[in-house]
Amino acid sequence: MNIERVDHILEKHEYKHSAIISIMQDAQGIENYLSEDTLRYISEKMELKLTRIFDIATFYKTFSLVPRGRHTIRVCCGTACHLGGAVKNLEQIQRKIHIQEGETTDDRMFSLETVNCLGACALAPVMVISEDYYDAVNPGNIEEILSPYRSGPEV
Amino acid sequence: MKRIKTISDLEVIRKSILAQRDPEKTTIRMCLSTGCRAKKSIKVISALENELNNHNLHEKVGIKKTGCHGFCEMGPIMVIEPANIFYRQVTSEDIADIVAETISKANVVNRLLWKDSRTKEYTKTEQELPLYKKQKKHISYNSGKIDPTDIEDYIAANGYSALCKALSSMKPAEIVETVIASGLRGRGGGGFPTGIKWRICSEAPGDIKYIIANGDEGDPGAFMDRSLMEGDPHRIIEGMIIGAYAIGASRGFIYVREEYPIAIEHLSLAIQQAEKYGFLGRNIFNTGFDFTITINKGAGAFVCGEETALMISIEGKSGTPRSRPPYPAFEGLFGKPTVLNNVESFANIPKIISEGADWYSRIGTGNSKGTKIFSLVGKVRNTGLVEVEMGTTLREIIFDIGGGIRKNRQFKAVQTGGPSGGCIPISKIDMPVDYDSLREAGAIMGSGGMIVMDETSCMVDIARYFLNFLLFESCGKCVPCREGLKQMHHILTNICEGKGEKGNIETLTELGHFMISTSMCGLGATAPNPVLSTLRYFHDEYVAHIYDKKCPAGVCKNLFEYMIDETLCNGCTLCKVKCPEKAVSGEKKKPHVINTEKCIKCGICYNSCKRKAVLVI
Repeated sequence: MNIERVDHILEKHEYKHSAIISIMQDAQGIENYLSEDTLRYISEKMELKLTRIFDIATFYKTFSLVPRGRHTIRVCCGTACHLGGAVKNLEQIQRKIHIQEGETTDDRMFSLETVNCLGACALAPVMVISEDYYDAVNPGNIEEILSPYRSGPEV
Repeated sequence: MKRIKTISDLEVIRKSILAQRDPEKTTIRMCLSTGCRAKKSIKVISALENELNNHNLHEKVGIKKTGCHGFCEMGPIMVIEPANIFYRQVTSEDIADIVAETISKANVVNRLLWKDSRTKEYTKTEQELPLYKKQKKHISYNSGKIDPTDIEDYIAANGYSALCKALSSMKPAEIVETVIASGLRGRGGGGFPTGIKWRICSEAPGDIKYIIANGDEGDPGAFMDRSLMEGDPHRIIEGMIIGAYAIGASRGFIYVREEYPIAIEHLSLAIQQAEKYGFLGRNIFNTGFDFTITINKGAGAFVCGEETALMISIEGKSGTPRSRPPYPAFEGLFGKPTVLNNVESFANIPKIISEGADWYSRIGTGNSKGTKIFSLVGKVRNTGLVEVEMGTTLREIIFDIGGGIRKNRQFKAVQTGGPSGGCIPISKIDMPVDYDSLREAGAIMGSGGMIVMDETSCMVDIARYFLNFLLFESCGKCVPCREGLKQMHHILTNICEGKGEKGNIETLTELGHFMISTSMCGLGATAPNPVLSTLRYFHDEYVAHIYDKKCPAGVCKNLFEYMIDETLCNGCTLCKVKCPEKAVSGEKKKPHVINTEKCIKCGICYNSCKRKAVLVI
């Protein structure tokens, strides 16, 4: 945990209890997940019950309590993407990197997630790896899309 | 920058902005919205800037980075003014030709024009495109035309003049009555009259009131709110300020999904600029009216699109809905009277104020006034955002604007209203699209997602898809929603896996009606709609799944096989080459065979075969 950065976030939001979700979102930005230490620290500093923080951390889908891989693959499962074959794409990715949704590969290279809708429905089916968008994905081009990331440089 | 205090201040500024601009100057409008950005429009813009510099044209030619044009599928989109030439799918490699031909010699580069796949004809300008021709752009007019990060662009397009009018010549109650008279109904889903909501809140006792814009566009398949927030953020802010003045609120919130980073960026910037110009802050237009806006980022919970859940989320808690009454207009955010409207509803307000309620109420049908933006996606030829007058028929939207179904397949249904909506079959294709007709057909307007399906879409699977979505998004607070969804999903999964039994349809119907009448919030009360509407119109498909153990659309994996018809296959090898699992074998020019053991049923062979020789059995 980077105490300095967490302190900075808390100050920015003036320790306001109503800003707890924004504080946790910003704190997650540091390591791409929320460690138990971070949650305990925020709870202590804000004088906010740990149960409330844990409730929020588990209620909202954006928060992860376990470390994520170097690249997060987000497969859009919105309606347009579903019709375009998002499930088949997801299965193909699972076959290729041998993890299920919500898991991270052993080498910490990839995490696999699904999202409800990225709002890029006209490009369906869509997936995002780190910040890069891929449109018109199909089981035939998944390996080609994944391969540059397999041995990609550190991010 | 001097704060604007009067109408004449605004006029002076607007005129000085326009005086600095030459309408005849060649300007290249390039879309930098999510869709085009995903297709690398940023790379294209930097290539364009370099090329213009190399030819010393950077002063002669302007570049405008705009929001969404609506034809997202064709991104990156570029429009060259003043001739209004529309180029699609522009890449960095095309830039040299564009500058050498179109910019320097006024020649059109044909290969970059949109081409009708049936008539093979090219379309040169934006307004001639079939996707745009039948649209009536009142709300999304600026998006794709102005630079959303520049308030001057918005002011030049008459922005903030409605606010000026409202604050300098109208009393709050007059504004409320105007909005009521316009007939505007909520664009987020329910369709409650916006003005009535404002009146109730303005009359509610209390000194502190709040106003909230709901930009938590959670419905999968809908992206009109994203596009508005990205492409014309000031219009939403202007609508909110007018609303705040009308109800007497001094603080506003915009709740935006965190999946929309560009929308958040543009709205934040727009708020800062509006503060600088005096449209937000203290003593706006010397009226003594103070108003500030804060942005709240959603954290990935669909249920937070429901108004009470959204407010609880802004308060910094887990966003679970609470039962109503008390309604938020009396007891909302932090227990104070609150108005919550969808961002598209707010985007309608400036136009209603500046053009008047009479003008607005002449657009649309009896009980559905104005225009509505739909996201037209799925198996339709032209996908993107379309703004049409209420009452336009489904046929006009899907076939005239959308160009019909892809790959010459058959239209099967259109799904509207997201997970709370329903599927409308071909028999209702000439139905006018308005709040009441949609409800009568078993669907809803919702936020405006319109997902077109063809014969390869399985209606049982779609029903299961929505239930699966809602099962994960149900907050679990009330029993009918939590348990009802679980049971209905369990039955539908069984049906899709070939384990359907006699009596399933009856149980689904019974559970559905029970959930509608007993769930606490809108999520549970509308959740059965996708199931009930598909049962109503596509009963046969349920029967095929349950009794014949067949999925006629070829979606439910346990219920079909792919097979190549020997008499149709000419051995072109396309399917063999494309199959990712090497499950197709056969010699060139001889009928091929699919090894069903190896086949993962991904459908690539089916979709790529030009002779339709791959069959769903």
